[in-house]
Amino acid sequence: MTATSGTAAEQEQTGAAPEGGEARPPVLEVRDLEVSFPGGRGNADVTAVRGVSYEVRRGEILGIVGESGSGKSVSSLAAIGLLPDYARVRGSIRLHGEELLGLDDRTMAGKRGRAISMVFQDPLSGLTPVYTVGDQVAEAVRVHNPKTSRAEAQKRAAELLTLVGIPDAERRRRAFPHEFSGGMRQRVMIAIAIANDPDVIICDEPTTALDVTIQAQILEVLKAAQRETGAAIVMITHDLGVVAGLVDRVQVMYAGRLVETGSVDDVYYRTRMPYTMGLLGSVPRLDRDGKTPLIPIKGNPPSLTDMPPGCPFAPRCPIATSECDAGEPPLEQVGGAGHSAACIRASEIEANAWTARDVYPVGEIAENPVAQLPREDRGTVLRVEDLAKHHPLMRGALFKRRVGTVYAVDGISFDIREGETLGLVGESGCGKSSTLMEILSLDAPQQGGVEVLGKHSGKVSTRERMDVRRDVQVVFQDPMSSLDPRMRVFEIIAEPLRTHGYSKERIRSRVLELMELVGLDTAAVTRAPAEFSGGQRQRIGIARALALEPKLLVLDEPVSALDVSIQAGVVNLLEELKARLGLSYLFVAHDLSVVRHIADRVAVMYLGKIVEIGDVQSIYRRPTHPYTKALLSAIPLPDPEKERRREHVVLQGDLPNPADPPSGCRFRTRCQKFAVLGEDERSACREREPELRNRVEGAADQAAACHYADTEAVL
Amino acid sequence: MAKFLIRRLLSYLVLIFLASSIAYLIAATTLDPRGYFEQRQPPPSDQAIEKELDKLNLNDETPLAERYATWIGGVVTGDFGSTIKDQSVNESIARKAGVSLRLIVAGTLIGATLGVAMGAYSAVRQYGKFDKATTVAAFFLLAVPAVVVAVTLQVTAVWINDVSGMRLLEYGGEYSANLQAGFWGTLADRVQHAILPTLALSLSLFAAFSRYQRNMMLDVLGSDFVRTAMAKGLTRRAAMIKHALRTALIPTITYFTFTFGILIANATFTEKIFGWHGMGAWVVDSIATQDVNAVAAVTFFMAVCVMVASFLSDVLYAWLDPRVRVS
Amino acid sequence: MSLSAEREAITTEAAAEISGRWSSLAKELLATRRVVIGLAIILGLIAAAWIGPMLSPWGFGERDFTAFRSPPSADHWFGTGNTGRDIFHMTMVGLQKSILIGLCAALFTTVIAALVGAFAGYYLGITDRALMWVTDLFLVLPQFLILAILYPVLRDSGWLIFVLLLGCLMWMVTAKMVRGMTISLKEREYVLAARYMGVSHGRIILRHILPNMSSLLIVDATINVSSAIILETALSYFGFGIQPPDVTLGSLIAEGSRQALAFPWTFWFCTGLLIVLVLAVNLIGDGLRDALDPHSKSRT
Repeated sequence: MTATSGTAAEQEQTGAAPEGGEARPPVLEVRDLEVSFPGGRGNADVTAVRGVSYEVRRGEILGIVGESGSGKSVSSLAAIGLLPDYARVRGSIRLHGEELLGLDDRTMAGKRGRAISMVFQDPLSGLTPVYTVGDQVAEAVRVHNPKTSRAEAQKRAAELLTLVGIPDAERRRRAFPHEFSGGMRQRVMIAIAIANDPDVIICDEPTTALDVTIQAQILEVLKAAQRETGAAIVMITHDLGVVAGLVDRVQVMYAGRLVETGSVDDVYYRTRMPYTMGLLGSVPRLDRDGKTPLIPIKGNPPSLTDMPPGCPFAPRCPIATSECDAGEPPLEQVGGAGHSAACIRASEIEANAWTARDVYPVGEIAENPVAQLPREDRGTVLRVEDLAKHHPLMRGALFKRRVGTVYAVDGISFDIREGETLGLVGESGCGKSSTLMEILSLDAPQQGGVEVLGKHSGKVSTRERMDVRRDVQVVFQDPMSSLDPRMRVFEIIAEPLRTHGYSKERIRSRVLELMELVGLDTAAVTRAPAEFSGGQRQRIGIARALALEPKLLVLDEPVSALDVSIQAGVVNLLEELKARLGLSYLFVAHDLSVVRHIADRVAVMYLGKIVEIGDVQSIYRRPTHPYTKALLSAIPLPDPEKERRREHVVLQGDLPNPADPPSGCRFRTRCQKFAVLGEDERSACREREPELRNRVEGAADQAAACHYADTEAVL
Repeated sequence: MAKFLIRRLLSYLVLIFLASSIAYLIAATTLDPRGYFEQRQPPPSDQAIEKELDKLNLNDETPLAERYATWIGGVVTGDFGSTIKDQSVNESIARKAGVSLRLIVAGTLIGATLGVAMGAYSAVRQYGKFDKATTVAAFFLLAVPAVVVAVTLQVTAVWINDVSGMRLLEYGGEYSANLQAGFWGTLADRVQHAILPTLALSLSLFAAFSRYQRNMMLDVLGSDFVRTAMAKGLTRRAAMIKHALRTALIPTITYFTFTFGILIANATFTEKIFGWHGMGAWVVDSIATQDVNAVAAVTFFMAVCVMVASFLSDVLYAWLDPRVRVS
Repeated sequence: MSLSAEREAITTEAAAEISGRWSSLAKELLATRRVVIGLAIILGLIAAAWIGPMLSPWGFGERDFTAFRSPPSADHWFGTGNTGRDIFHMTMVGLQKSILIGLCAALFTTVIAALVGAFAGYYLGITDRALMWVTDLFLVLPQFLILAILYPVLRDSGWLIFVLLLGCLMWMVTAKMVRGMTISLKEREYVLAARYMGVSHGRIILRHILPNMSSLLIVDATINVSSAIILETALSYFGFGIQPPDVTLGSLIAEGSRQALAFPWTFWFCTGLLIVLVLAVNLIGDGLRDALDPHSKSRT
């Protein structure tokens, strides 16, 4: 059941090195594209894209990388003519040499979906909820071939769905979008995009909303789609890993402009623009042992309404000089052919061979003395014993009825010691958030027990319960929704203090102290959350969680909603706080790279069970459970060389329905190991549920729930 | 599915029963049938009044519980008692319900359909001439009470008839009395009488629905699936109609359920003002004549209407939105 | 790495953009032309309603025996009615009452709706089922009929009772909307955060949930003002509403509509004012929705 592939093979097949393709005319050619939106009500205009140029040839994959607000999506929407009417677009966009700007809607509609098509980011909202997926694919066929009969279009739709890897397409095409998982819907979107053999496919963050194992599947589908159609692909993403293994050329965007372009190797290994360096340095690496701080880029991207003259990155650049503010540096060739950067100090960087570590000064993180003690000698902060959370599965919005039981959490055990960070990882739907909520509710669990600092949940008095609340605090994922938008920062941080009866003066001084602690200006307490950027809000959320001096901080995906450069700062802050305040963390995340960086121990969850648990070194260097291996393998590394050499384990299918988990080992339906086992060996997987225990020699702290655990390396 | 329908129907029945009971109890305690008889000319004797009240189960000297028990006993067997003029309530319902239903159904269909169509169109052409015109019209209509709409229509009809010198529009009654005109003549006469009341009822519905549909449409216009539809090659207009409108219709169904109560109240005014002898007009008359049984019966009828409307909109919702269907 | 070195620069750029929630909201509202026009009209009407009677040479109950049903003149600005009373004066007094009834009923309605909806949506389960069942029952009861029966009995207790009755029969739809919003707000992380720090349920509803749907509540209260005024008109038309000696626009319209053709001034002045009043309220409500609701896309 494994599908492996290396990207090097594809590259040969498509033969799309930039030099080799020069002879053929580009399919899509964008020149000096500028997009601005009127500000309205006397506000200044927002210029989202300021002079972007690129071209792609048949069979070539171009990567456009940038953080949110860099203008990468706007420029691609401009190319396909889907910007709102009030957007002002200047420059030139040519498809097969024909100018697209200024075409009327009808002519443009004739090109969209036939010559140029697009795959959007969010597959959940991208399909019309009231039509079947088959109809929506067939519509794409029929709109450009009106003579096709309905039956033929449906037949073609089923073919396309099969092509993008939807099993049993003939039956499944009658399903509605809500009956499909996110990954399946993204496959449908790709089927729609390739329905008419387009010449260019623009993919706008096609895998951002998906889990890593599904991301790996979708990237495979995209590669297959490109083989099938020979189209040029423009891949827009913020994920430097996705780009590394997939594309031929990369363009880095910042504040609506290209700041560095070139071949993948040039941009990744011979970086000439400090922003690109920071971006690469801020990514936590799956393939490196953590404990060196990440590189945060301080500050925030400039507001697009009134851009200062000079280099837009200068305010955040550690090596900026006064000349940087004088004028915006043009994109100029540096080093090899096709490699250009927009930095006046690019030649200096080249001459001195500076790397990110040289450009960005990074300090050390102190160790908490408690962490020096052996694990057994430290006190237990949280103990979870055979915890289960089952909830009824309801169907229908109008006629609600129970159709089954979801085994969200189904008997998990772990403990966290003083000064320790446990990372809880798994795909969405594996039960990690339910576990958190069960722990935080402090109610008696349905099954098993939760013990916080020696107190059993559900067995303590109301007074004691309030005391436990002090010791356990939470930081949430979404910095937009975790702070009450109607409150001032002061009130937000003061809320836990007020609830626990602190005096007015004490609250005041404590709030200011906390602001200082998380690195925010104390004068900002009178502002509303809306006035802060994502990273700053997450700091406010951390300050609120720390207000009552808790012992255990529960972190629910605290950095996954942030841009990488901002994420690095928050991760560093969390590490610093842990050392200074002697905290313990329960860190829930789907991003295994961040977990490797921050956690001491890791627990991997699958369908409500822990399948592997142990210390970070053991798990990442020598995973023994096939699921852990698959997860690690699915994450693309921001390192083109390594990425090209890697063989990815691509898991088949989606997470099974948690209301109806497979018998025996729950992972067997997708397991790459199960697929290669003999029939006799398989019966063990089908019939017996493997218990979580030490499976390999020489690892004191590593347990896996697999009958056939082995130590074959994946990284 | 069948189990759900049955459960829902049961809860409907309970609600209808309770609503009628509450109305009966309120009416029985606050209305004054004795006063109605005392004011008759010539004044009847006390004994005659007692006898009449007892016969109609309206005597305020009988304990309320007893009167209620008698009433409920009748209702259970399908008999809503007698009106204060000693006619069968059941017969009155049979006669009047059709009149009201004709008005409500026609008014709803015309008003809601036009409202949805115009609202959707003005959303697509936001800030265009058509949008501005419908917005102004809808705003104005929403500000005018149904009573004033009806009276204004009557005044206009009088004026039109005067100007044209013919009776083009009828504004009193449901049909001309003693008309001998064959099938087509009768039909024309009915239509002539129905135009103004139906218009009065549908105007306010039209205003509300066009505003609501416009807002719903605007919410959907920027959504990802409309963008997907355009990305696959549909023109803006085609994407609007096929994808946006279809999806934006779903919340409108819920809105319809919410506004149905107001619609019934409006039907009451319309019937009364245009002299239609429907259920709505009967409410007003029965309160004025202290007719307890009639009030309870009308409440029953209106509760049934509300429940049927809500049931229909549930069914419509499930039909429009595959997400709520249970397989 | 020192934390202070990493302190983020949040000095001027953010502050320049938003100078405070309320002032920016005020700016937004004043930039919405509908709100400005609506407010101006309402203020004008309020001024007219309370100052007008003082300017009028005629008293409230005073009859001019020289002029029955006389058309508007310098003496009687809006003409006179059947009994020779000055219509201008009566209309202004009626306008006062209509405005008061609208505002009070809307406030009352919105408070009930917010409480019922928020408690039902927050606690769900049995509380929700009970409250929603009551809501459904009220929806099924024909409000017009109940009001028409009950008010004549209670009318001796004054017009405030009428306001209470109106409120009791108008809250259901808003309550259902509030419930729906509460269910979604309740899953917001800031509500979870409050719960996990030990804040009590009642306090969460009052401090986090209700303030965060204030936009819905404000908009809805505005709409309810006009609904109450319109409902009052309808009731008065059939003689079930406010009774003499009190007058409202509704009771004036009722009186005037019977002679709208013969003596148009008895009908059109009060009707016109009523329409202008409701129109202005609706304009404000619509403008507020756009300004307060960030999801509404009816602005560019």
